[in-house]
Amino acid sequence: MTVSTNPGVTGIREVSRRFPDSPHGHLEDLRDDPIDLMHRVRDECGDIGRFRLADRDVVLVSGAEANEQFFRAPDSTLDQAAAYPFMTPIFGKGVVFDASPEERQQMLKNQALRGDMMRGHANTIEAEIRRMVADWGDEGEIDLLDFFAELTIYTTSACLIGLPFREELDASFAQHYHELERGTDAIAYVDPYADIESFRRRDAAREQLVALVQGIIDKRKARGTVPKEERDLLDVLISIDMTADYITGIFISMMFAGHHTSSGTASWALIELMRHPEVMNGVVAELDELYADGSDVSFQALRSIPRLEAALKETLRLHPPLIILMRVVQEEIELAGQMIPPGTTVASSPRVSNRIAEDFPEPDRFDPGRYLDPRQEDLQNRWTWIPFGAGKHRCVGNAFAMMQMKAIFSVILRDYEFEMTQPSESYRDDTSKMVIQLARPATVRYRRRRR
Amino acid sequence: MKVTADLELCQGHQLCQGEAPTVFGFDDDADTVVLLEAHPDESLRDAMRTAVKYCPAMALSMEDE
Repeated sequence: MTVSTNPGVTGIREVSRRFPDSPHGHLEDLRDDPIDLMHRVRDECGDIGRFRLADRDVVLVSGAEANEQFFRAPDSTLDQAAAYPFMTPIFGKGVVFDASPEERQQMLKNQALRGDMMRGHANTIEAEIRRMVADWGDEGEIDLLDFFAELTIYTTSACLIGLPFREELDASFAQHYHELERGTDAIAYVDPYADIESFRRRDAAREQLVALVQGIIDKRKARGTVPKEERDLLDVLISIDMTADYITGIFISMMFAGHHTSSGTASWALIELMRHPEVMNGVVAELDELYADGSDVSFQALRSIPRLEAALKETLRLHPPLIILMRVVQEEIELAGQMIPPGTTVASSPRVSNRIAEDFPEPDRFDPGRYLDPRQEDLQNRWTWIPFGAGKHRCVGNAFAMMQMKAIFSVILRDYEFEMTQPSESYRDDTSKMVIQLARPATVRYRRRRR
Repeated sequence: MKVTADLELCQGHQLCQGEAPTVFGFDDDADTVVLLEAHPDESLRDAMRTAVKYCPAMALSMEDE
């Protein structure tokens, strides 16, 4: 099969192929090693290059100038929804992929991510972590993926949907949710409903989640109405007669942006701290001093914790949870001097931009010192330090996410010390799906600190 | 010092208002911050640093004059 290239982008250099016989352009490159593919685009083509994904041209930009053009473009020029066909079967047909910037702002004002809600969320998150470690005992071993994926199911459901709903969940919800995240094979660019194992498991997991939510709805209906202060988002959606299928889709989509991203970041932050004992010691000393007066985690997590924050930022730079951000061109746009016609898919890669050596000296080195005065490499490079994206669509939950990370590490690093149970370089990501996750095994050993 | 706010990027989190209510206001209709004072007093330097560093939209910057 030959694929025809959009004539409007033939002036943009196409990256080499490692799988020249693939009928779907660079699809196999993307499935096999997406990070290598994206770095190759910059190495071979510069700030703007191109690869083929089934019947799409994907124009990938990097560098401050092209990234700024990409991230500043309004939704009427670059649309997000059509760029991620692998999400449709997960959310369910008819459930929106992402809100417009205006709707996002409205959500911020009215709902869960509002600044004045953060203190309550910090309390909730601290309580959830303490529940998770309650049965740890003095020492033991955990699987990082299992532990943080379950914890972040509880924190995101409690904070975004409500405490009564969260109380109905157990580890099975996290397991089904994990199957959804695994069901993001890039084959979806050919057919989101292709008959492959990970998509069958994805669809079965979604049905299980709908059944779980239906069970909770039935209990709520049998219970009857409760006072307003005891209601959560589920009660509101039931009251407007939404089906369990649709409600589940809304909950899946609300939790999606905050789940695998926070889970992966917590895992990688702990791994990087174990790899760099001098940084770990500095962070632990900082936390011991900060909490010496008996102050609450929910109070401090909303305030400055400079060394921990720098370690988290450096973790995010090296291991951005989303390695590629995509849009579909609605109106012709200029990127890096090229006019890109409507219908083209365009993308920017946090993974590539975060490691541009001109902006981040020794880009592969874990160096939290980058964020201290006067270097401030995040603020100095606003269009290439992009673990949260940039522009109007910059992750609206980033303050929540940083607070959550500060709360998690405030609890676990003061009570426990950690060590690797496997070679340092064996901790790695599984990048075979569009949603990347920690590859197994990834276990660590904990021991209660003597203080 | 000179403070600038890129209102095209502002998402209306309003954290900066908490740091420096005399420097940052809010436009309810536009849902964006309003810069009330582009040249804040030197006594507000720490508050400005915090506001710039923690702006969730990375919409603020400051420079010395």
